[in-house]
Amino acid sequence: MITLTVNGERVTRHVEPRRHLIDFLRLDLGLTGSHAACEHGVCGACTVRVDGEIVRGCLVLAASLDGAEVVTIEGLSDSGEVADLQANFVARNAAQCGFCTPGMIMTAADILAHGGTPSRAEIREHLSGNYCRCTGYQAIVDAVEDTLKARLMAADSDLRAGSALRSSEAPR
Amino acid sequence: MFMKWPAMGYLRVASLPDLWSALAEHGASAQIIAGGQTLLATLAFRLSEPGTLIDITRIAELRGVCVTGGMLRIGALTRHAELGRDALVRAHAPLLSEAVPLIAHPAIRNRGTIGGSLAYADPAAELPACVVALDAVVVTASAQGERRIPAREFFTDLLQTALEPGEIIAAVEIPLAARLGAIQEVARRSGDYAMAGLAVALRLEGGRVMEPRLVYFGVGNGPVLAARASAALDGHALDAASIAAAQAALADDLDPPQDLHGPPEMKRHLARVLTGRVLNGFLTQTEIAA
Repeated sequence: MITLTVNGERVTRHVEPRRHLIDFLRLDLGLTGSHAACEHGVCGACTVRVDGEIVRGCLVLAASLDGAEVVTIEGLSDSGEVADLQANFVARNAAQCGFCTPGMIMTAADILAHGGTPSRAEIREHLSGNYCRCTGYQAIVDAVEDTLKARLMAADSDLRAGSALRSSEAPR
Repeated sequence: MFMKWPAMGYLRVASLPDLWSALAEHGASAQIIAGGQTLLATLAFRLSEPGTLIDITRIAELRGVCVTGGMLRIGALTRHAELGRDALVRAHAPLLSEAVPLIAHPAIRNRGTIGGSLAYADPAAELPACVVALDAVVVTASAQGERRIPAREFFTDLLQTALEPGEIIAAVEIPLAARLGAIQEVARRSGDYAMAGLAVALRLEGGRVMEPRLVYFGVGNGPVLAARASAALDGHALDAASIAAAQAALADDLDPPQDLHGPPEMKRHLARVLTGRVLNGFLTQTEIAA
Protein backbone atom coordinates (compact mmCIF):
# COMPACT_ATOMS: atom_id res chain seq x y z
CA MET A 1 0.00 0.00 0.00
CA ILE A 2 1.37 3.41 -0.91
CA THR A 3 0.11 6.90 -0.18
CA LEU A 4 1.34 9.72 -2.35
CA THR A 5 0.23 13.02 -3.83
CA VAL A 6 -0.65 13.08 -7.51
CA ASN A 7 -1.38 16.49 -9.00
CA GLY A 8 -2.12 17.80 -5.53
CA GLU A 9 -4.53 15.02 -4.60
CA ARG A 10 -3.75 12.47 -1.93
CA VAL A 11 -3.97 8.94 -3.30
CA THR A 12 -3.73 5.61 -1.47
CA ARG A 13 -3.49 2.43 -3.53
CA HIS A 14 -2.24 -1.10 -3.42
CA VAL A 15 0.41 -1.57 -6.11
CA GLU A 16 2.23 -4.63 -7.31
CA PRO A 17 6.03 -4.29 -7.28
CA ARG A 18 6.10 -4.92 -11.03
CA ARG A 19 4.03 -1.78 -11.71
CA HIS A 20 6.04 1.15 -13.00
CA LEU A 21 4.93 4.69 -12.34
CA ILE A 22 3.47 5.20 -15.83
CA ASP A 23 1.23 2.13 -15.71
CA PHE A 24 0.22 3.17 -12.19
CA LEU A 25 -0.80 6.62 -13.46
CA ARG A 26 -2.45 5.38 -16.64
CA LEU A 27 -4.08 2.12 -15.60
CA ASP A 28 -4.73 2.61 -11.89
CA LEU A 29 -5.46 6.35 -11.77
CA GLY A 30 -6.74 6.89 -15.33
CA LEU A 31 -4.24 9.69 -15.99
CA THR A 32 -3.43 8.86 -19.60
CA GLY A 33 -1.59 12.06 -20.49
CA SER A 34 1.79 10.52 -19.72
CA HIS A 35 2.58 8.12 -22.53
CA ALA A 36 4.07 4.65 -22.27
CA ALA A 37 6.14 4.05 -25.37
CA CYS A 38 9.57 2.43 -25.26
CA GLU A 39 9.17 1.46 -21.59
CA HIS A 40 12.90 1.05 -21.14
CA GLY A 41 14.05 4.58 -20.51
CA VAL A 42 15.01 5.72 -23.98
CA CYS A 43 12.24 7.86 -25.48
CA GLY A 44 11.10 10.32 -22.79
CA ALA A 45 7.37 10.13 -23.65
CA CYS A 46 6.67 9.14 -20.02
CA THR A 47 8.44 12.13 -18.41
CA VAL A 48 6.73 13.27 -15.17
CA ARG A 49 7.81 15.17 -12.07
CA VAL A 50 8.57 13.35 -8.84
CA ASP A 51 9.33 15.60 -5.87
CA GLY A 52 9.87 18.54 -8.19
CA GLU A 53 12.29 16.85 -10.57
CA ILE A 54 11.63 15.26 -13.94
CA VAL A 55 12.06 11.49 -14.18
CA ARG A 56 11.39 8.71 -16.64
CA GLY A 57 8.11 7.29 -15.35
CA CYS A 58 8.90 3.90 -16.87
CA LEU A 59 12.10 3.69 -14.78
CA VAL A 60 10.47 4.31 -11.42
CA LEU A 61 8.82 1.66 -9.28
CA ALA A 62 5.38 2.86 -8.21
CA ALA A 63 5.88 0.88 -4.99
CA SER A 64 8.86 3.06 -4.11
CA LEU A 65 6.82 6.28 -4.15
CA ASP A 66 5.21 6.19 -0.73
CA GLY A 67 5.18 9.82 0.42
CA ALA A 68 6.22 11.22 -2.95
CA GLU A 69 4.72 14.15 -4.80
CA VAL A 70 4.00 13.39 -8.46
CA VAL A 71 2.96 15.94 -11.08
CA THR A 72 1.86 14.75 -14.51
CA ILE A 73 1.07 16.70 -17.67
CA GLU A 74 -2.55 16.93 -16.46
CA GLY A 75 -1.49 18.66 -13.24
CA LEU A 76 1.10 20.85 -14.91
CA SER A 77 -1.40 21.90 -17.55
CA ASP A 78 -4.16 22.66 -15.00
CA SER A 79 -1.75 24.71 -12.90
CA GLY A 80 -1.27 27.21 -15.72
CA GLU A 81 2.52 27.01 -15.37
CA VAL A 82 2.96 26.08 -19.02
CA ALA A 83 0.04 27.92 -20.65
CA ASP A 84 2.45 30.11 -22.62
CA LEU A 85 4.59 27.12 -23.65
CA GLN A 86 1.50 25.24 -24.82
CA ALA A 87 0.34 28.28 -26.81
CA ASN A 88 3.75 28.44 -28.46
CA PHE A 89 3.61 24.71 -29.28
CA VAL A 90 0.37 25.44 -31.14
CA ALA A 91 1.74 28.60 -32.79
CA ARG A 92 4.86 26.80 -34.00
CA ASN A 93 3.05 23.59 -34.94
CA ALA A 94 5.39 21.82 -32.53
CA ALA A 95 2.84 19.05 -31.90
CA GLN A 96 2.53 17.00 -35.04
CA CYS A 97 1.17 13.54 -34.19
CA GLY A 98 1.30 14.73 -30.56
CA PHE A 99 2.51 11.51 -29.00
CA CYS A 100 5.76 12.93 -27.62
CA THR A 101 4.19 16.28 -26.67
CA PRO A 102 3.36 15.60 -22.99
CA GLY A 103 6.91 14.44 -22.33
CA MET A 104 8.33 17.33 -24.34
CA ILE A 105 6.26 19.84 -22.34
CA MET A 106 7.34 18.27 -19.03
CA THR A 107 11.01 18.43 -20.03
CA ALA A 108 10.76 21.92 -21.55
CA ALA A 109 8.95 23.15 -18.41
CA ASP A 110 11.91 21.80 -16.43
CA ILE A 111 14.50 23.90 -18.24
CA LEU A 112 12.19 26.94 -18.13
CA ALA A 113 11.66 26.44 -14.38
CA HIS A 114 15.39 26.30 -13.69
CA GLY A 115 15.79 29.97 -14.65
CA GLY A 116 18.82 31.44 -16.30
CA THR A 117 19.08 32.14 -20.01
CA PRO A 118 19.72 28.80 -21.73
CA SER A 119 20.95 29.05 -25.31
CA ARG A 120 19.30 27.21 -28.18
CA ALA A 121 22.06 24.61 -27.90
CA GLU A 122 21.33 24.17 -24.18
CA ILE A 123 17.61 23.80 -24.88
CA ARG A 124 18.38 21.12 -27.47
CA GLU A 125 20.68 19.37 -25.01
CA HIS A 126 18.03 19.41 -22.27
CA LEU A 127 15.45 17.94 -24.66
CA SER A 128 17.90 15.43 -26.14
CA GLY A 129 16.41 12.54 -24.16
CA ASN A 130 12.93 13.11 -25.61
CA TYR A 131 12.30 11.57 -29.00
CA CYS A 132 9.88 12.93 -31.58
CA ARG A 133 9.31 10.32 -34.27
CA CYS A 134 7.74 12.94 -36.52
CA THR A 135 11.19 14.57 -36.18
CA GLY A 136 9.60 17.94 -35.50
CA TYR A 137 12.53 19.02 -33.38
CA GLN A 138 13.13 22.45 -34.93
CA ALA A 139 9.57 23.57 -34.23
CA ILE A 140 9.71 22.16 -30.70
CA VAL A 141 12.94 24.00 -29.91
CA ASP A 142 11.49 27.14 -31.53
CA ALA A 143 8.46 26.94 -29.23
CA VAL A 144 10.62 26.55 -26.12
CA GLU A 145 12.92 29.36 -27.23
CA ASP A 146 9.96 31.69 -27.92
CA THR A 147 8.57 30.95 -24.46
CA LEU A 148 11.91 31.59 -22.81
CA LYS A 149 12.37 34.91 -24.64
CA ALA A 150 8.85 36.07 -23.79
CA ARG A 151 9.32 35.18 -20.14
CA LEU A 152 12.68 36.96 -19.98
CA MET A 153 11.16 40.05 -21.59
CA ALA A 154 8.25 39.99 -19.16
CA ALA A 155 10.65 39.61 -16.21
CA ASP A 156 12.74 42.48 -17.54
CA SER A 157 9.75 44.82 -17.87
CA ASP A 158 8.56 43.78 -14.39
CA LEU A 159 11.98 44.75 -13.14
CA ARG A 160 11.80 48.13 -14.90
CA ALA A 161 8.30 48.71 -13.61
CA GLY A 162 9.55 47.78 -10.14
CA SER A 163 12.50 50.16 -10.25
CA ALA A 164 10.30 52.94 -11.68
CA LEU A 165 7.95 52.36 -8.78
CA ARG A 166 10.81 52.49 -6.31
CA SER A 167 12.22 55.72 -7.78
CA SER A 168 8.77 57.33 -7.76
CA GLU A 169 8.40 56.26 -4.15
CA ALA A 170 11.80 57.61 -3.19
CA PRO A 171 10.92 61.28 -2.60
CA ARG A 172 7.95 60.45 -0.44
CA MET B 1 11.72 -6.65 -27.53
CA PHE B 2 10.63 -5.38 -24.16
CA MET B 3 7.94 -6.75 -21.92
CA LYS B 4 6.30 -5.66 -18.72
CA TRP B 5 8.44 -6.28 -15.67
CA PRO B 6 8.34 -9.78 -14.18
CA ALA B 7 6.42 -10.52 -10.99
CA MET B 8 8.73 -9.95 -8.04
CA GLY B 9 8.87 -8.88 -4.44
CA TYR B 10 9.81 -5.42 -3.21
CA LEU B 11 10.99 -4.24 0.13
CA ARG B 12 12.56 -1.06 1.35
CA VAL B 13 15.15 -1.03 4.09
CA ALA B 14 15.90 2.01 6.25
CA SER B 15 19.30 1.09 7.65
CA LEU B 16 22.35 -1.04 6.94
CA PRO B 17 21.52 -3.61 9.68
CA ASP B 18 18.05 -4.00 8.10
CA LEU B 19 19.73 -4.50 4.74
CA TRP B 20 21.99 -7.27 6.07
CA SER B 21 19.02 -9.15 7.55
CA ALA B 22 17.00 -8.72 4.34
CA LEU B 23 19.92 -10.05 2.29
CA ALA B 24 20.33 -12.99 4.67
CA GLU B 25 16.64 -13.79 4.37
CA HIS B 26 16.35 -13.53 0.58
CA GLY B 27 19.76 -14.84 -0.42
CA ALA B 28 20.66 -15.09 -4.09
CA SER B 29 17.16 -14.11 -5.28
CA ALA B 30 17.59 -10.62 -3.80
CA GLN B 31 18.62 -7.73 -6.03
CA ILE B 32 19.60 -4.40 -4.53
CA ILE B 33 18.08 -1.38 -6.23
CA ALA B 34 19.19 2.24 -5.89
CA GLY B 35 18.34 4.71 -8.69
CA GLY B 36 17.20 1.84 -10.88
CA GLN B 37 18.04 3.60 -14.15
CA THR B 38 19.81 0.54 -15.55
CA LEU B 39 18.27 -2.24 -13.51
CA LEU B 40 14.66 -1.34 -14.28
CA ALA B 41 15.40 -1.19 -18.01
CA THR B 42 16.94 -4.67 -17.83
CA LEU B 43 13.73 -5.92 -16.18
CA ALA B 44 11.79 -4.76 -19.24
CA PHE B 45 14.08 -6.88 -21.42
CA ARG B 46 13.90 -9.75 -18.92
CA LEU B 47 17.68 -9.63 -18.77
CA SER B 48 17.27 -9.93 -15.02
CA GLU B 49 14.44 -11.52 -13.07
CA PRO B 50 15.10 -10.86 -9.41
CA GLY B 51 13.00 -12.61 -6.77
CA THR B 52 12.94 -9.55 -4.56
CA LEU B 53 14.11 -5.98 -5.09
CA ILE B 54 15.65 -4.48 -1.98
CA ASP B 55 15.41 -0.69 -2.15
CA ILE B 56 18.34 1.00 -0.38
CA THR B 57 17.51 4.60 -1.36
CA ARG B 58 16.37 5.60 2.12
CA ILE B 59 19.51 4.46 3.97
CA ALA B 60 20.82 7.76 5.37
CA GLU B 61 24.40 6.48 5.86
CA LEU B 62 24.78 6.12 2.09
CA ARG B 63 23.95 9.76 1.36
CA GLY B 64 25.82 13.04 1.37
CA VAL B 65 29.08 14.60 0.25
CA CYS B 66 31.72 15.77 2.74
CA VAL B 67 35.44 16.31 3.21
CA THR B 68 36.89 14.06 5.87
CA GLY B 69 40.43 12.86 6.69
CA GLY B 70 42.02 14.45 3.63
CA MET B 71 39.46 12.84 1.33
CA LEU B 72 36.36 13.97 -0.51
CA ARG B 73 33.74 11.39 0.45
CA ILE B 74 30.79 10.94 -1.87
CA GLY B 75 27.95 8.76 -0.59
CA ALA B 76 26.91 5.95 -2.92
CA LEU B 77 23.34 7.26 -3.22
CA THR B 78 24.49 10.64 -4.56
CA ARG B 79 22.50 11.16 -7.72
CA HIS B 80 24.24 12.34 -10.89
CA ALA B 81 22.33 15.64 -10.80
CA GLU B 82 23.40 16.20 -7.17
CA LEU B 83 27.00 15.36 -8.06
CA GLY B 84 26.87 17.89 -10.89
CA ARG B 85 25.76 20.80 -8.69
CA ASP B 86 27.71 19.98 -5.51
CA ALA B 87 30.12 22.76 -4.47
CA LEU B 88 32.55 20.41 -2.68
CA VAL B 89 32.74 18.17 -5.75
CA ARG B 90 33.29 21.24 -7.94
CA ALA B 91 36.11 22.41 -5.63
CA HIS B 92 37.93 19.10 -5.10
CA ALA B 93 37.03 16.86 -8.03
CA PRO B 94 35.93 19.09 -10.92
CA LEU B 95 36.47 16.14 -13.26
CA LEU B 96 33.28 14.63 -11.82
CA SER B 97 31.32 17.89 -12.22
CA GLU B 98 32.45 17.99 -15.83
CA ALA B 99 31.47 14.36 -16.41
CA VAL B 100 27.86 14.74 -15.25
CA PRO B 101 26.43 16.49 -18.34
CA LEU B 102 27.79 13.62 -20.46
CA ILE B 103 25.76 11.03 -18.52
CA ALA B 104 22.44 10.19 -20.20
CA HIS B 105 19.73 12.87 -19.92
CA PRO B 106 18.39 15.21 -17.19
CA ALA B 107 15.50 12.91 -16.18
CA ILE B 108 17.89 9.98 -15.75
CA ARG B 109 20.49 12.07 -13.93
CA ASN B 110 17.78 12.94 -11.40
CA ARG B 111 17.53 9.26 -10.35
CA GLY B 112 20.77 7.45 -11.24
CA THR B 113 23.42 7.23 -8.50
CA ILE B 114 27.21 7.14 -8.48
CA GLY B 115 27.16 3.89 -6.50
CA GLY B 116 24.86 2.30 -9.05
CA SER B 117 27.02 3.41 -11.96
CA LEU B 118 30.17 2.00 -10.37
CA ALA B 119 28.50 -1.26 -9.31
CA TYR B 120 27.08 -1.82 -12.79
CA ALA B 121 30.53 -1.14 -14.29
CA ASP B 122 29.51 -0.47 -17.87
CA PRO B 123 32.80 -0.20 -19.78
CA ALA B 124 31.47 2.81 -21.73
CA ALA B 125 30.26 4.71 -18.64
CA GLU B 126 31.89 7.96 -17.53
CA LEU B 127 32.03 7.65 -13.73
CA PRO B 128 34.05 4.40 -13.52
CA ALA B 129 36.74 6.02 -15.69
CA CYS B 130 36.66 9.21 -13.62
CA VAL B 131 37.15 7.47 -10.28
CA VAL B 132 40.10 5.51 -11.68
CA ALA B 133 41.61 8.75 -13.05
CA LEU B 134 41.13 10.39 -9.65
CA ASP B 135 42.83 7.44 -7.88
CA ALA B 136 39.72 7.07 -5.73
CA VAL B 137 38.96 4.41 -3.17
CA VAL B 138 35.68 2.51 -3.33
CA VAL B 139 34.39 2.01 0.21
CA THR B 140 32.21 -1.07 0.47
CA ALA B 141 30.01 -2.34 3.28
CA SER B 142 28.63 -5.75 4.16
CA ALA B 143 27.51 -7.63 7.25
CA GLN B 144 31.23 -8.43 7.74
CA GLY B 145 32.17 -4.73 7.82
CA GLU B 146 33.85 -2.21 5.56
CA ARG B 147 36.45 -2.71 2.83
CA ARG B 148 38.44 -0.07 0.98
CA ILE B 149 39.27 -1.02 -2.59
CA PRO B 150 41.40 1.17 -4.89
CA ALA B 151 39.24 2.10 -7.89
CA ARG B 152 41.85 0.72 -10.32
CA GLU B 153 41.35 -2.74 -8.75
CA PHE B 154 37.59 -2.45 -8.38
CA PHE B 155 36.66 -3.01 -12.04
CA THR B 156 37.67 -6.60 -12.75
CA ASP B 157 36.06 -7.44 -16.09
CA LEU B 158 33.10 -6.70 -18.35
CA LEU B 159 30.29 -5.60 -15.98
CA GLN B 160 32.26 -7.26 -13.16
CA THR B 161 33.58 -5.68 -9.98
CA ALA B 162 35.40 -6.70 -6.82
CA LEU B 163 32.09 -6.60 -4.90
CA GLU B 164 31.36 -9.88 -3.09
CA PRO B 165 27.82 -11.25 -2.76
CA GLY B 166 26.07 -9.39 0.04
CA GLU B 167 28.38 -6.40 -0.29
CA ILE B 168 27.39 -2.91 -1.45
CA ILE B 169 29.19 0.31 -2.31
CA ALA B 170 28.86 2.73 0.61
CA ALA B 171 30.89 5.65 -0.74
CA VAL B 172 33.70 6.78 -2.98
CA GLU B 173 36.64 8.61 -1.43
CA ILE B 174 38.89 10.85 -3.50
CA PRO B 175 42.23 12.10 -2.18
CA LEU B 176 42.34 15.88 -1.99
CA ALA B 177 44.96 17.08 -4.46
CA ALA B 178 45.21 20.16 -6.63
CA ARG B 179 44.68 18.24 -9.85
CA LEU B 180 43.36 19.39 -13.14
CA GLY B 181 40.75 17.19 -14.71
CA ALA B 182 39.08 16.94 -18.07
CA ILE B 183 36.78 14.49 -19.81
CA GLN B 184 35.66 14.16 -23.40
CA GLU B 185 33.86 11.48 -25.34
CA VAL B 186 32.57 10.67 -28.78
CA ALA B 187 28.97 9.45 -28.86
CA ARG B 188 26.56 9.07 -31.75
CA ARG B 189 23.89 11.10 -30.00
CA SER B 190 23.97 13.33 -26.95
CA GLY B 191 23.39 11.19 -23.87
CA ASP B 192 24.29 7.87 -25.50
CA TYR B 193 27.01 5.68 -24.08
CA ALA B 194 30.35 6.71 -25.56
CA MET B 195 31.90 4.99 -28.56
CA ALA B 196 35.14 6.10 -26.92
CA GLY B 197 35.96 8.49 -24.12
CA LEU B 198 38.86 9.79 -22.06
CA ALA B 199 39.02 11.04 -18.46
CA VAL B 200 42.28 12.66 -17.37
CA ALA B 201 43.59 13.87 -14.03
CA LEU B 202 47.02 15.48 -13.76
CA ARG B 203 48.99 18.23 -12.09
CA LEU B 204 50.89 20.93 -13.97
CA GLU B 205 53.98 22.26 -12.20
CA GLY B 206 55.97 24.93 -14.02
CA GLY B 207 54.49 23.75 -17.29
CA ARG B 208 55.46 20.11 -16.54
CA VAL B 209 52.93 17.32 -16.31
CA MET B 210 53.04 15.48 -12.99
CA GLU B 211 51.33 12.17 -12.14
CA PRO B 212 49.05 12.11 -15.17
CA ARG B 213 46.35 9.45 -15.22
CA LEU B 214 44.77 8.91 -18.62
CA VAL B 215 41.77 6.59 -18.37
CA TYR B 216 39.88 5.53 -21.49
CA PHE B 217 36.32 4.21 -21.59
CA GLY B 218 34.28 2.45 -24.25
CA VAL B 219 37.44 0.80 -25.55
CA GLY B 220 37.78 -2.31 -23.37
CA ASN B 221 36.11 -4.48 -20.75
CA GLY B 222 36.25 -1.65 -18.21
CA PRO B 223 37.99 1.65 -17.67
CA VAL B 224 41.51 1.38 -19.13
CA LEU B 225 44.29 3.21 -17.27
CA ALA B 226 46.79 3.87 -20.05
CA ALA B 227 50.11 3.31 -18.29
CA ARG B 228 52.39 3.95 -21.28
CA ALA B 229 50.62 7.05 -22.52
CA SER B 230 50.59 8.41 -18.95
CA ALA B 231 54.31 7.64 -18.57
CA ALA B 232 55.08 9.38 -21.86
CA LEU B 233 53.75 12.59 -20.32
CA ASP B 234 54.95 12.28 -16.72
CA GLY B 235 57.61 14.90 -15.91
CA HIS B 236 57.56 16.35 -19.42
CA ALA B 237 56.57 19.80 -20.53
CA LEU B 238 53.06 19.74 -21.93
CA ASP B 239 53.61 20.56 -25.60
CA ALA B 240 52.98 19.21 -29.09
CA ALA B 241 55.89 16.76 -28.78
CA SER B 242 54.78 15.19 -25.47
CA ILE B 243 51.17 15.01 -26.65
CA ALA B 244 52.30 13.21 -29.82
CA ALA B 245 54.42 10.86 -27.68
CA ALA B 246 51.39 10.03 -25.52
CA GLN B 247 49.30 9.37 -28.63
CA ALA B 248 51.99 7.05 -30.01
CA ALA B 249 52.43 5.20 -26.69
CA LEU B 250 48.69 4.57 -26.59
CA ALA B 251 49.03 1.87 -29.24
CA ASP B 252 50.40 -0.52 -26.59
CA ASP B 253 47.90 0.50 -23.89
CA LEU B 254 44.70 -0.29 -25.73
CA ASP B 255 43.34 -3.53 -27.12
CA PRO B 256 39.79 -2.52 -28.01
CA PRO B 257 37.29 -5.21 -28.93
CA GLN B 258 35.12 -4.91 -32.02
CA ASP B 259 31.65 -3.77 -31.06
CA LEU B 260 28.50 -2.55 -32.75
CA HIS B 261 30.09 0.87 -33.33
CA GLY B 262 33.00 -0.46 -35.36
CA PRO B 263 36.32 -2.28 -35.54
CA PRO B 264 39.23 -1.97 -33.06
CA GLU B 265 41.13 0.38 -35.38
CA MET B 266 38.26 2.88 -35.26
CA LYS B 267 38.37 2.87 -31.45
CA ARG B 268 42.13 3.34 -31.51
CA HIS B 269 41.69 6.29 -33.84
CA LEU B 270 39.02 7.86 -31.61
CA ALA B 271 41.24 7.35 -28.55
CA ARG B 272 44.14 9.14 -30.26
CA VAL B 273 41.87 12.00 -31.32
CA LEU B 274 40.46 12.35 -27.80
CA THR B 275 43.99 12.31 -26.35
CA GLY B 276 44.90 15.27 -28.54
CA ARG B 277 41.70 17.15 -27.73
CA VAL B 278 41.89 16.70 -23.97
CA LEU B 279 45.61 17.41 -23.60
CA ASN B 280 45.48 20.41 -25.94
CA GLY B 281 42.63 21.67 -23.76
CA PHE B 282 45.01 21.76 -20.77
CA LEU B 283 47.56 23.55 -22.95
CA THR B 284 45.04 26.26 -23.78
CA GLN B 285 44.19 26.64 -20.08
CA THR B 286 47.88 27.01 -19.20
CA GLU B 287 48.44 29.61 -21.92
CA ILE B 288 45.49 31.61 -20.66
CA ALA B 289 46.84 31.38 -17.10
CA ALA B 290 50.32 32.49 -18.28
